Amino acid sequence: MNSSNTDFVLAVEGLTVSFDGFKAVNDLSFYVDKNEIRVIVGPNGAGKTTVLDLVCGRTKATEGSIKFRNKELTKMKEHQIVRAGVGRKFQTPSIYGDLTVFENLEISFPRGRSVLGALAFKRDAEVLQRVNEVAGMIFLDERLHTRGDLLSHGQKQWLEIGMLLIQDPELLMLDEPVAGMSVSERRKTAELLRTITKDRSVIVIEHDMQFVAEIADKVTVLHQGKILAEGSAEHVKQDPKVIEVYLGH
Amino acid sequence: MSYAGLRSLLPKNDLINFAVLALILVVVLPLSLDIFRLNLVGKYLTYAFVALGLVLCWGYGGILSLGQGVFFGLGGYAMAMFLKLEASSPENTAIQSTPGIPDFMDWNQLTELPWFWQPFHSLTFTVIAIIVIPSIFAYIIGVAMFKRRVGGVYFAIITQAVAAILTILIIGQQGYTGGVNGITDLRTLFGWDIRTNEAKYVFYFLCVFMLFLCLGVAQFVRKSKLGRLLVAMREMEDRVRFSGYDVANFKIFVFCLGSAFAAIGGAMFTLQVGFMSPTFVGIVPSIEMVIFCAVGGRLSIFGAVYGALVVNWAKTTFSESFPELWLFAMGALFIGVVMAFPNGLAGLYTKYCEPKVNQLIARFTGKSNDTSAELAPQMKTEGGNP
Repeated sequence: MNSSNTDFVLAVEGLTVSFDGFKAVNDLSFYVDKNEIRVIVGPNGAGKTTVLDLVCGRTKATEGSIKFRNKELTKMKEHQIVRAGVGRKFQTPSIYGDLTVFENLEISFPRGRSVLGALAFKRDAEVLQRVNEVAGMIFLDERLHTRGDLLSHGQKQWLEIGMLLIQDPELLMLDEPVAGMSVSERRKTAELLRTITKDRSVIVIEHDMQFVAEIADKVTVLHQGKILAEGSAEHVKQDPKVIEVYLGH
Repeated sequence: MSYAGLRSLLPKNDLINFAVLALILVVVLPLSLDIFRLNLVGKYLTYAFVALGLVLCWGYGGILSLGQGVFFGLGGYAMAMFLKLEASSPENTAIQSTPGIPDFMDWNQLTELPWFWQPFHSLTFTVIAIIVIPSIFAYIIGVAMFKRRVGGVYFAIITQAVAAILTILIIGQQGYTGGVNGITDLRTLFGWDIRTNEAKYVFYFLCVFMLFLCLGVAQFVRKSKLGRLLVAMREMEDRVRFSGYDVANFKIFVFCLGSAFAAIGGAMFTLQVGFMSPTFVGIVPSIEMVIFCAVGGRLSIFGAVYGALVVNWAKTTFSESFPELWLFAMGALFIGVVMAFPNGLAGLYTKYCEPKVNQLIARFTGKSNDTSAELAPQMKTEGGNP
């Protein structure tokens, strides 16, 4: 699989991963443009989370290529992929409960990532300014010194999004960012997503079709590790195959 | 370093802890104990080095090593090899069939000093070796395990196996290591008799000095971003990895640091006790070291010191009267601490004593101090039932 260089931020081609013969993702190809918001939907077990795992290096691909700004990711280690500019949010909020909101954000600040760098790391004006700025965006500026595990579920989700923002990734991948949120939290999150998606590409996994229609530039429907349909939210909703396997009648 | 920088490195509560510990170790104990008891305290303190390393590895980083005896032993043996060579001068060993080599080598029909003993004629080499050899060994184990993402229970079992292997190796290679007896009959350091009371005082204070040096390093690490990263890794390793950190490197670093601390403790042990043997290397002593750390509080560098002192003092007292019951008492102690006080003595102190101490200080200085924001990352202590 020798793909040529493209203008896409992310070019996935012929991607296959098999776990003991079961192909969770099967010969998948898709392209994400600069500043595009791509939403991936699909029934349970369609391989949505696996695709994100493959892009961020958590799972190794059996075959195929993943190119981020024409750089092959499949051979890189997780931390190298992050440093190249890919950020990933997990499905369940993954934050550090024993550390404060400030410390959570500070750790994600992209400086001092080596052992010596971490020992020599100083909280200078730049760090303080970035942490405060991001804390404001994720509605947590009042709670900077609260321990992570005292936050509500929604606040934890925001905090993790904030931890990605402070890295300023070029490609942001969010796995069900509004799962388990109340209606008002959901509205705030949609607003948050709209502000943070300026100047970067975003891949979102989401189930709530109303929410999807609200944010998506383009929707990819996965089913059994393959693409069932791709296009605008409106277009996908009309697709008979999608209605059959996913949306229901 | 600026005043603010110093304050963040050494907040008021830690400063008090440092001062109290220094007062106890430097003033109270030497003035109140005879040299025999003080020497015992010095011996207990050598385990505090190991417990201190475990606070960083286990308490902060979540890496439980059940093989710290290995590094304690390597440091102790390095020191003992130097002292043994000095004690084995041709004059001292004239009655041997090969004079000038350690007595146990002669008993085992060795006729010349093995190559790896040669450099231990030099004290400079020995001092470097005490820190570097265990660190390199820890580095090799660390790379082999952490780069492959072996962790948790598997790591603990492997370190335990390493402890067992090293013990068997030492006992088996009697001619090179002194076997099960260890390296004994150490006499002088540059001609200065190390068995006198005067020498014991000197070594006690040297040990305390080294301990404070290590405490200082530990405090620096735990107050740096690396300290917070360790806590973060303990909880959400994947999140740290996907924030652009190579998690294995941080684990290797803290494991090596803990090993270096343990090795310094081992060297201090040899100096104060006057011999080194495989009984301080194996599985049982390694687990005891974890217990010192757990009793003291695995998140507190000061707790480690008090834990080592209290448990060892109890061990000496109990095993004088009921030698066969001690192991059971130790097991019960460990279970009790883990079940009832997961943060050990230090946890009890922060919960019950520290608020009162702060009140007292506030009353004396006449102002209220806000230290809550500076508290170290704690386990879920507040009202938490394990």
